[in-house]
Amino acid sequence: MAERINIDPITRIEGHLRIEVEIENGKVKNAWSSGQMFRGLEIILRGRDPRDAPLITQRSCGVCTLVHYLASVRAVEDAVKVQIPPNARIIRNLLHGSQFQHDHIVHFYHLHALDWVDIVSALKADPQKTAALADNVSNAPWGGTVYYKQVQQRLKTFVESGQLGPFNNGYWGHPAYQLPPEANLMAAAHYIEALRLQAKAAKMHAIFGAKNPHLQSLVVGGVTCVQDLTPDRIAEFLYLWKETQDFIKNVYIPDVLVVAGFYKDWGKIGGTTNFLAWGDFPESEKEPDSLFMPRGVIMKRDLKAVKMAEQDKVVESVAHAWYKGSDALHPYKGVTEPEHGDYDPNKKYSWFKAPRYEGEPCEVGPLARVLVAYAYGKKEIKEVVDDVLKKLSLPVEALFSTLGRTAARAIETLVIGQAMERWIMELVENLKKGDKKTYQSWQMPDKAQGIGLNDVPRGSLGHWIEIEGGKIKNYQYVVPSTWNLGPRCGKGKPGPVEEALIGTPVADPKRPIEILRTVHSFDPCIACGVHVVDPDSNQVYEIKVI
Amino acid sequence: MEGAIATAFDGAYGKIGGRTFLEIANEVCKKALAVICIGTCSSYGGVQAAKPNPGGYKGVGEALGIKTVNIPGCPPNPVNFVGTVVNYLLLGKLPDLDEVGRPLFAYGKTIHDLCPRRSHFENDEFVKEFGSKEAEMGYCLYKMGCKGPDTYNNCPVVKFNEGTGWPIGAGHPCIGCSEPNFWDKMAPFFVASK
Repeated sequence: MAERINIDPITRIEGHLRIEVEIENGKVKNAWSSGQMFRGLEIILRGRDPRDAPLITQRSCGVCTLVHYLASVRAVEDAVKVQIPPNARIIRNLLHGSQFQHDHIVHFYHLHALDWVDIVSALKADPQKTAALADNVSNAPWGGTVYYKQVQQRLKTFVESGQLGPFNNGYWGHPAYQLPPEANLMAAAHYIEALRLQAKAAKMHAIFGAKNPHLQSLVVGGVTCVQDLTPDRIAEFLYLWKETQDFIKNVYIPDVLVVAGFYKDWGKIGGTTNFLAWGDFPESEKEPDSLFMPRGVIMKRDLKAVKMAEQDKVVESVAHAWYKGSDALHPYKGVTEPEHGDYDPNKKYSWFKAPRYEGEPCEVGPLARVLVAYAYGKKEIKEVVDDVLKKLSLPVEALFSTLGRTAARAIETLVIGQAMERWIMELVENLKKGDKKTYQSWQMPDKAQGIGLNDVPRGSLGHWIEIEGGKIKNYQYVVPSTWNLGPRCGKGKPGPVEEALIGTPVADPKRPIEILRTVHSFDPCIACGVHVVDPDSNQVYEIKVI
Repeated sequence: MEGAIATAFDGAYGKIGGRTFLEIANEVCKKALAVICIGTCSSYGGVQAAKPNPGGYKGVGEALGIKTVNIPGCPPNPVNFVGTVVNYLLLGKLPDLDEVGRPLFAYGKTIHDLCPRRSHFENDEFVKEFGSKEAEMGYCLYKMGCKGPDTYNNCPVVKFNEGTGWPIGAGHPCIGCSEPNFWDKMAPFFVASK
């Protein structure tokens, strides 16, 4: 009988990541991913009121600010056996859909685009040709020669000031950049427009969720925002939703297609083997069947063999993580005692544990979700995926790559966004019928266990709670970053990011932009210290990347 | 400054590029004209400093032993941060602070004193269950655990996301997120304070 010590080792989000790779003959031979921070929120949860768990776990991250709140409230609801009313389910889906709209736009434009777009090259662009290109590929509401001249002038002033701000530390001029100057200028302009747009997208959260970040309208049993179920608030939401959808349709998707067209070789780089999705967006009480993004697991890239995913097949291994022992246990039985040692890739090297499904590492996130939905033949996803592949003249196999991951993110942003309109109208219909119910009362049991599974922008998220004496006895969560960025397990199998990096070409070890492309494609959402070892010179380059 | 600082085990629980948060903050803050802490984590330690605080997390002022201007809140309101900086740019000095480092222009009154639901409190009109008729009528959330009477901040006036919403407006009790140690002092959140 294992001793139950309930420690969550990792910051769980927004933490500090270290990636180490070994390069041989211009390619990555081996890679290690290391989480560099520990907070112990699961220890803090012990002994507290289970109703407070959603508020505490929510603070794991200020970026994916809704997701732990949602998974936690669902775990407690599962434990206390309460079924929330349809209006509460719809409001939660709308808030979660908004999270996807906001997160994925910010990721593509502000966290990932500069791996593909050379800002300095944009200074060489011809504004007139840029305007023509933009007219040709997108339906952006802004544009024209004068507009692109002004954007270029802004960039020029910025670069000449020597203070590059958000564009600092870029590998500008690197030979791996493939876009012509005009495409770089168009993308740079859209980077700036996306900054304005994301502030509007975040407001969708504030309408039914009080604020962004850290929404505050979910409670065990439903939602509290009954006063916001009015025509004016719903119209306000609809207006912001439409503006965001227009951006996705007319700017985001076309931009991804333009960029991807110049980087088709990345359709063969950065792939992994197994994919897991808990699925999300319940469209009725009958979960998991009613999930709009379906639940499933794909092993060895075999789309035909997609099957239902079961939470009891999950374990977390600490063989290579800074915890005592080397066990691989289910979250309900998780024994975790922090033991910080030296960073040693052969032994222990990360604060992340290594989650495994039936003993195998699994990639989670947009690509896993889109592949699972595609494998099930989900119409809404399949249509867009096939259309994107056709436009790029790429086979389905190209999805198993860094390019596929980035495209999948854009695809699901569009598809989930489109579904939101149906959910809003469903809410309106309920209100027309006079159904304003937003909360179901419940009783705290003395002893109970509950699970909250969600699929959130960065991937599959699970919260496990154990209640005793009306208080939290044990709390564990297994988050997307642990799945994707975790270290090797007891069997020595590398985590998904570690696997994805192997074989990546690196032209210049001092400026390893190729590594960033793959690491960022997983959306780890952190500033990472990338440590590159060159076995020939034995030189270790310490590079900081934003 | 953003984020709390790990102090247990010489700061080993939080590192960037092999250096501890503690070491980096010490170096940077000493050179600063003034240190402004944005958010409850850098102001007072935040969620990771809640009991039993396994990483020994502290706010910047406490970890480094310096005086800081604190803009707490989880999240902090950007209006209060910008107001502080503008105060310095226009008047050449920092705004007046309360005893826990918060600018008085933003944190001078309680949520309760500024609350649009205050009249319901005075009239003894309370929400006793979420989703109820009383909740729909916007009655006072004090009996649902609202910490507005113990919390200094201007949320009812400034709101969040350009005035789009705020917790009590969304029918949720205030959890007191701009007070030092609120994760321990204000919890359990859904139980009325005495």
